[in-house]
Amino acid sequence: MNIIHRPERGLLFQGADWDFDTLRRIHDACEEIAVGELGLSLYPTRVEVISAEQMLDAYAANGMPVLYRHWSFGKRFARHETLYRKGFQGLAYEIVINSSPCLCYVMEENTATMQALVIAHAAFGHNHFFKNNNLFLEWTDAHGILDYLEFARRYVMNCEDKYGEAAVERVLDAAHALSSQGVFRVPRRRVPDLASEERRERERRQHEERMYDDLWRTIPGPTNAPAARAEEARRRALLQLPQENILYFLEKSAPRLRPWQREILRIVRHVEQYFYPQRQTKVMNEGCATWVHHQIMTRLHEQGRLSDGNYLEFLHSHTNVVFQPSFDDPRYSGINPYALGYAMMEDIARIATDPDEEDREWFPDIAGTGDANAVLREAWAVHRDDSFIAQYLSPRLMRKLRLFHLVDDEAEEDLAVATIHDERGYRRLRRALSRQYDIGRLDPDIQVEDVDLIGDRRLVLHHRVMNRQMLEPEEARAVLQHLADLWGYGVLLREVDATTGAVLREHHASARPGIVD
Amino acid sequence: MQIVDRRLNPGGKSLANRQRFLRRAKEMVRDAVRNSAGERSMRDLERGGEVTIPASGVKEPHFHRSAGGLREHVLPGNKEYLEGDTIPRPRSGRGGGGSQGSPDGEGEDAFRFALTQEEFLDLFLEDLELPELAKKRVVEGDASGVRRAGFATQGSPANLALGRTMRNALSRRIALRRPKAEELEALEEAARRVEDSDPLKAEELRAQVARMRTRTLRIPYIDPLDVRYRQFEPAPRPIAQAVMFCLMDVSGSMTEGMKDLAKRFYLLLHLFLRRRYRHVEVVFIRHTHEAKEVDEETFFRSPETGGTVVSTAFEEMIKVMEARYSPADWNIYVAQASDGDNTTADNDRTAHLLTDRVLPVCQYFAYLEVGREDDGGPIGFMPRETELWRTYTKLRAADPRLAMRKVRHRKDIYPVFRELFRKGAVEGQKA
Repeated sequence: MNIIHRPERGLLFQGADWDFDTLRRIHDACEEIAVGELGLSLYPTRVEVISAEQMLDAYAANGMPVLYRHWSFGKRFARHETLYRKGFQGLAYEIVINSSPCLCYVMEENTATMQALVIAHAAFGHNHFFKNNNLFLEWTDAHGILDYLEFARRYVMNCEDKYGEAAVERVLDAAHALSSQGVFRVPRRRVPDLASEERRERERRQHEERMYDDLWRTIPGPTNAPAARAEEARRRALLQLPQENILYFLEKSAPRLRPWQREILRIVRHVEQYFYPQRQTKVMNEGCATWVHHQIMTRLHEQGRLSDGNYLEFLHSHTNVVFQPSFDDPRYSGINPYALGYAMMEDIARIATDPDEEDREWFPDIAGTGDANAVLREAWAVHRDDSFIAQYLSPRLMRKLRLFHLVDDEAEEDLAVATIHDERGYRRLRRALSRQYDIGRLDPDIQVEDVDLIGDRRLVLHHRVMNRQMLEPEEARAVLQHLADLWGYGVLLREVDATTGAVLREHHASARPGIVD
Repeated sequence: MQIVDRRLNPGGKSLANRQRFLRRAKEMVRDAVRNSAGERSMRDLERGGEVTIPASGVKEPHFHRSAGGLREHVLPGNKEYLEGDTIPRPRSGRGGGGSQGSPDGEGEDAFRFALTQEEFLDLFLEDLELPELAKKRVVEGDASGVRRAGFATQGSPANLALGRTMRNALSRRIALRRPKAEELEALEEAARRVEDSDPLKAEELRAQVARMRTRTLRIPYIDPLDVRYRQFEPAPRPIAQAVMFCLMDVSGSMTEGMKDLAKRFYLLLHLFLRRRYRHVEVVFIRHTHEAKEVDEETFFRSPETGGTVVSTAFEEMIKVMEARYSPADWNIYVAQASDGDNTTADNDRTAHLLTDRVLPVCQYFAYLEVGREDDGGPIGFMPRETELWRTYTKLRAADPRLAMRKVRHRKDIYPVFRELFRKGAVEGQKA
């Protein structure tokens, strides 16, 4: 470890009390370590101190500081408030927003140690992750999000003034029902601009010149397909079918929506897309932030800027956060992303600095490089949860967590243990855990398959059923009804087995008047 | 880095969303409240409390997979399992995995609303109003009161608004820069200190003190300009008290079931009056062939036998009214419950008492005819018209304040009550 010894500069704070100067001192001390020693690259930070009620407000709006108005946020508020008031649920110590400047809300009732912990965690850990992870860079615009949300809020408010709250609410209800089908899962092809086209053309020519081979000329070209099929293909291409982003499809192709309704679909879609990377990087994001806060707090203690008592208070909270109960423990509620993430970061740092034989065999690229921070920064930048686990989960950690793989087949009477943490199982176990975080498997795969533009304009969707996991029929019908209302004509959803192609179930819905008329 | 203190921001950021949610759920909450009237005992009704609405009404549906099919779980904490082991399926159907469950952790159970007593009764008694409420406003006499009407520059010393006066004086003193006593003292003290060492400076200071003293004398501590008086103006005060006369036939023909119906009606009326008036009194008068004012317990509980002479009840009521509840000071409501029997010879007398003595002074007279549950036919089509019903029907045409309904089952009480007191009910009968 590249520990740099600095002269002691006294404690940052004593006891539990803090004021705004304390927060600034804490932040500056953390920044010194985060930038100087861990090499993090950060958005500017804005720490905002809030009260419990404001934290509940933030909960209701997914943590966003501004959001358009809708009753569902009020419902969420009512539920959280009831839980909180009755004492069933505590409130988070902080909420952090992926924006530039990076907003960190900290609760007023935190002790000074907790403020140090949450600043190290959110203002540095999450902040670095937001700024450097590929997924966030690809899908979100940290500089523009706050302005966009402000625009969305105003736009929805104007629509309510012009067309009435009820009309806007109907569109929002329908759009919310389809929101998880409102994201692009793979990057779309960008509209090419002149410069990049020229560059591509140049590269292609160079490539052809290098690879010229006269033989290719003799290979017969594709035979002409029948004209009808070509026409069909052209139509599907124009409609961009099949299309997994249903909200996008409706926005662009629904025949009877008015412009403001399309814009509202677009707003819901953008907000959902903004949250999409967060769902795919829970383990990494929390692991990164937890690892960073642990490094920073430990260094502060080493530098003598954190008293022993405060450090113990920190360790107490930290241990609670990374606690992972076993599967048979009554407290078990899934794998704790903080626990798994932190354990993996710690493990990677160990492999980089102090590998054993097994590590060298499994991770030849990173074992013993010596610079744990660089290895971690690289991992944080390029991976998402499933690829991160598939790449970095070590046999040693699988043994430590005593992971095992259980198969629950409805057709079988008993559950089967498919793999455990042994020599035969490491790779399969790791793949299974990785699958568990693969968003493509978590969300049902539903796509707009076809539309009958000449006849009754019925929209056809397919759900590709994997592992015989069908949609919950009642809710599926409710969502389909919303979809039909937006489309303006009938809608058919087929559940098709992904392997055999057999149609397992069909749901219908026809449009009600209300949104389009 | 910036630090922002957001705690000072105005609260209630979610208010608009909460209101939207409540509005959306209101229909369902109202239905739940109305339904709960049938389930709860009358005393519970007043307490408010929780009502449960089905979550389906405020559900946000999403595509998600149902249970079943082939599922995989990777779990921590293996202690004994080896590859190839089988585990009996847990009965709860959860394959030991925590990967299921709605994404935001929200259950799909019914949604509970905690309502305060106020909210509960507001919804419960929504759209109801008391007929002729505006009639009883007394303009002159002892029912009029005074109310505050701001401040005036003139008035009697007893009404001097000290706080306001001193505030005006203070602001005037600050505006005119009247020297403060402490400043003067400090200057004098300074002058004393430098007297020996620097006589010139001391002289200068003293001159300054003298100037300031003159200024102090010129600017008074309190000026007549500052003085303010509290002002009051007389205002008529609507009579905020009501008395409710409960008349009931307790002769042998009234069964326990009928009395229960009557009791429910009285309780609703009482609840309702209490919402509208600051002070509500209840007088219980029961009658057979003679009438008596009794307490509540006796009214509903103790059995009595005898004939039925309705006019005695009105006589008793008029007696009580003259003794304690002057119609000039009280809003008078009468609710009569009976099975409709009356001695035939008494009908004329009853009609006369009602038209001449009772109806002119009361705000509303509700007659509730209770029947046996097992009587056939829908409400309003009783096998025969009773004596009282016939008598009252004749009077009703002349006076809209008389309202009458028939009730046979507990569940009808609330709808009948709503019907009697719904907005515009009196006008409707006039037409």
